[in-house]
Amino acid sequence: MARTPEWLELRAPEDVVPLRRAVRRWAVELGFGLVDQTKIVTAASELGRNAVLHGGGGRALLEALQEGGLRGLRLTVTDQGPGIADVELAMRDGYTTVGGLGLGLGGARRLVSEFEIESTPGKGTRVTITRWSA
Amino acid sequence: MERIPILKMGEFLLVSIQVDMHDRLALALQEDLSDRIVETHARGVLIDISSLEMVDSFMGRMLGNIASISRVLDAETVVVGMQPSVAITLVELGLSMAGVRTALNVEQGISVLHDLARRK
Amino acid sequence: MQGTNRLPEILRKHEGEILAEWRRQQVAPGGKEATRDPELHEQGRKFLAALREAAQESYSPPFEGPHWDRTRELLTQISRERARVGDTATGTAMFIFSLKLPVFARLQEEYGGDAQGLAAEISNASLLLDHLGLHTVEVFVRSREEVIARQQEEMLELSTPVVKLWDGILALPLIGTLDSARTQVVMETLLQQIVNTGAGIAIIDITGVPTVDTLVAQHLLRTVAAARLMGADCIISGIRPQTAQTIVHLGVELGDVVTKATLADAFGLALMKTGSMVVRRERGE
Repeated sequence: MARTPEWLELRAPEDVVPLRRAVRRWAVELGFGLVDQTKIVTAASELGRNAVLHGGGGRALLEALQEGGLRGLRLTVTDQGPGIADVELAMRDGYTTVGGLGLGLGGARRLVSEFEIESTPGKGTRVTITRWSA
Repeated sequence: MERIPILKMGEFLLVSIQVDMHDRLALALQEDLSDRIVETHARGVLIDISSLEMVDSFMGRMLGNIASISRVLDAETVVVGMQPSVAITLVELGLSMAGVRTALNVEQGISVLHDLARRK
Repeated sequence: MQGTNRLPEILRKHEGEILAEWRRQQVAPGGKEATRDPELHEQGRKFLAALREAAQESYSPPFEGPHWDRTRELLTQISRERARVGDTATGTAMFIFSLKLPVFARLQEEYGGDAQGLAAEISNASLLLDHLGLHTVEVFVRSREEVIARQQEEMLELSTPVVKLWDGILALPLIGTLDSARTQVVMETLLQQIVNTGAGIAIIDITGVPTVDTLVAQHLLRTVAAARLMGADCIISGIRPQTAQTIVHLGVELGDVVTKATLADAFGLALMKTGSMVVRRERGE
């Protein structure tokens, strides 16, 4: 079940649409149930929007994983934006940046099996989420 | 950029969201709806999301905004047709859709709007 | 191993004979294959071709690496298909193992009096076929597990019926112990039925559930929340005294979820909420 990783550019708000579609496609191919699909697509949408709105644009990488009998979908979203100074704070629900709306990171974390975030102020942010099929 | 069509149904407005939403489209919808509510003196707005396979926090907030804006313009809003997988995901996402009235389908939604309009 | 790579050559020279003998070996036990002869022939031919190519490039243990990908892929497909139609693990493995005799017979012819050469070649060929046979069995087992898992899911759906009590009122009587996976499937079914029937109220009755742990309680509450988001409402009924205590001890917040002691009470409430009334007829009417 080898599938070559797929890169997607995230420059404008509209780019979230192809990202959602790609994640949905991959999730379907990996045999995820409908609810699992929807969860990872929603999480992807949150991350994608963040990259565009707060990160000044970025890229997304989709990869298929296999561990034991489980299949997983991994999405990594990176941007070279201003970064997040206080990740803890940002993960809290309802956190609002100046002029923007909540980051949705906390919500995205709840929707996935694994969640990793690296952010350096001034350098950028990388968020990696993985969802395993039940 | 295409805009989401708004249909007039008696004293209500009907919006059927069938495409993938992004920021610009959502803002355009809010503007268009506000204009149409005032133009038509609409008493209620029905938003049909039965085609949406995903609702993220942005979309949720947009629906909330539409409900609030409409109320200020003296129209009530009902969102109908939320798919089960979307509902389950929203619960886990932790998004509170308080302030947004929902109904299972268009028929029930219109019934709710009638009730609300009658009470005023 | 020096000089021990006559396998590809033999597979090419004697393809027809090997195929015929191989097929005969496979049909003998089990007997299922007899009806799928032409398909088997094609599978066999493809497999031998792939085997020949791979053995040409790399013919030493552990028989892994990109050269062997095509061969493995073919075996994976064949194994999956057999698992799907209910063949046995032995029957599937015999696809490979029954190839030994025809191949060894040809090797013997080829090597004539060269006992050492023959021994080395047979040893290697044996290792190879054993390895491929194991792969076949592994894929078969995994595929059977997938089939069983899918069947279990289907059974789950069937064994948790959602009943319509009245116009706009559904009931989901849960029975037995609930594990996380089952509860999820059940809840999704309920929500889908709410959409399908346009029911405004769903009663989840847990009278038949002896123990409710935190996970199950959370699932229940999430289902109620999801139903509300969709525009319907839920009532939970049949909470036993022990369950009530567990819920409080676990610190589960019921919030404003309505709970009733019995399904009957819940039904009465649901009727009221949907604007219905039950009226007793006078005698003689």
